[in-house]
Amino acid sequence: MSKRAYVNIVIWALLLTVPAWLPLIGGYTALASRILIFALCTMGLNLLLGFTGVMSFGQAAYFGLGGYGAGLILVHLTSNMWIAVIVGTLAGGIAAVVLGPILMNRRGIYFAMITVAIGQIFYFVAARWDSFTGGQDGLTGFSRMPLHFGSITVNLTAVPFYYFVLFFFAIGAAAVAMLLNSPLGHTFVAIRENRRRAAFLGIHVERYIWASFGIAGFLCGLAGALNALQNNFISPMDLYWVASGNFVIMAVLGGMRSFWGPLVGSIIFIGFQDYVSSIFPNNWETFIGALFIIVVLFFPNGVLGIIRRKAKVA
Amino acid sequence: MSLLHLENISRVFGKLVALQNVALEMNEGELYSVIGPNGAGKTTLFNLISGFFPASTGEIWFDGVQVNKFTPERRVALGLVRTFQITEIFPELSVFENIRIGVEAQMGCSAHPWPGRKLLQQINRRVEELLKITSLEAQADRTVSELAHGDQRVVEVTMALSRKPKLLLLDEPTAGMGRAETHHMVNIIRVLHEQQKISILFIEHDMDIVFGLAHRITVLNYGQVLATGTPKEIAANPRVQAAYLGEAA
Ligand SMILES: Nc1ncnc2c1ncn2[C@@H]1O[C@H](COP(=O)(O)OP(=O)(O)OP(=O)(O)O)[C@@H](O)[C@H]1O
Ligand SMILES: [Mg+2]
Repeated sequence: MSKRAYVNIVIWALLLTVPAWLPLIGGYTALASRILIFALCTMGLNLLLGFTGVMSFGQAAYFGLGGYGAGLILVHLTSNMWIAVIVGTLAGGIAAVVLGPILMNRRGIYFAMITVAIGQIFYFVAARWDSFTGGQDGLTGFSRMPLHFGSITVNLTAVPFYYFVLFFFAIGAAAVAMLLNSPLGHTFVAIRENRRRAAFLGIHVERYIWASFGIAGFLCGLAGALNALQNNFISPMDLYWVASGNFVIMAVLGGMRSFWGPLVGSIIFIGFQDYVSSIFPNNWETFIGALFIIVVLFFPNGVLGIIRRKAKVA
Repeated sequence: MSLLHLENISRVFGKLVALQNVALEMNEGELYSVIGPNGAGKTTLFNLISGFFPASTGEIWFDGVQVNKFTPERRVALGLVRTFQITEIFPELSVFENIRIGVEAQMGCSAHPWPGRKLLQQINRRVEELLKITSLEAQADRTVSELAHGDQRVVEVTMALSRKPKLLLLDEPTAGMGRAETHHMVNIIRVLHEQQKISILFIEHDMDIVFGLAHRITVLNYGQVLATGTPKEIAANPRVQAAYLGEAA
């Protein structure tokens, strides 16, 4: 068995058994759900950042839209959780697909700035439109509904909800894994590596950046929908540029060139947030900032980059 | 019918006239060389032909089609493929992966998100064929940034080959190479021309290579065509000797 297959089996085995072992090391299941949700959105972002080589600093927009999509549907239309998740996913994804053409032929910092600007527009709309989104107070009035499988009803308390999240995380991760092994994924990486060469091999670079942006939008929308269900609440802060920055930090911390980097980054970030903020409730972000700077300066390929380098030397 | 027909093309950069009324006619099956001193406008000529930037005036005809307004991608699809004076490859990918990008583009499946086993096999088989043509099999799994300069340039040529060019533009294919590497590259150009039946237009500073390979030559000087002819005619041309060959000798 290849080393990669072995690593995958271990990771999935650990994820499947989280409720059994996490409390033993001082964690709790809802924390794991949160980690998976942020990892999923960061995987979407990393498709852009790590694999297509374009800097999106506005991914919270699609995360937040996913959240509002799911929340609003539950408030106004249905109590079906599956529909809520699908609607949230579509909200993030369709927005990214529609907005992609504004971005796809910008480069570097201009691309980044427009992603931020779009994100801020969504933020202001969500924060101001009190009657629809709840404004600054956020959207409330919905909560996780039980799932029905035939005659069986499952209440989504912490542990069942974790598996609900894990189910979608698995779909998202599998889709990304398949994508990265496909010609489309190869083409994304080629664009990251050398746009000029790609274009002069006949590849329409902008269209692929658009595609990558759209796919990332669906993944972030899905994660955002799950996040709304996790909290039974959405805040416009979920759309704020700081939230986008956090996803970038997670991607960089974990390792942008690695498939599992976003999960590792999310574990570090969310774990750190949870642990340090219980000790220093007001300045845990300083610690994350310091950690981030250390990683960027000394380990540009993130935590997984360190492990990989060690493995190569050994 | 000519494969490439340039009608009085010019290109200006601000006040600099990089190319002025350049005409060139290349036939299918030819091995054609563009020579000239540094700054003569050779690379600019390639940039116009390949669509890197537009011509200021004039017409570019390829395979019976006026391509002036075509994007680079569209020209590639027509079979007009180039390499660059400074090697352009995908540095962190393996040799195999570099070539695969071209193959997938050629097979029209670059956007395929979930390929079946059959398609993947087809792609891999074609990559291996190409690696064999340019003798890169032994390097297939190496990261291209770790390869010797000469091998990197061979990788770029192989990528270009993956797009099944009708006309291959090579910008100083042996630039910066040692003797053995140069010899290898010259052999590859021969193979592409004779076995793969590709028409090749190349820029080259090494006169031994130019006179050894080219059927016809165009000499550029200060953005203008100084002379066009067979190697014999060019070698005997007094203006060329004065402007270019003389100084090199
Ligand atoms: N994009 C550009 N913008 C401005 N000037 C340019 C540009 N490209 C080329 N030039 C100028 O046009 C002239 C011709 O350049 P070009 O690169 O075509 O020369 P060349 O014949 O390929 O030279 P070399 O043998 O050194 O490669 C030069 O004076 C160069 O500085
Ligand atoms: Mg040049």
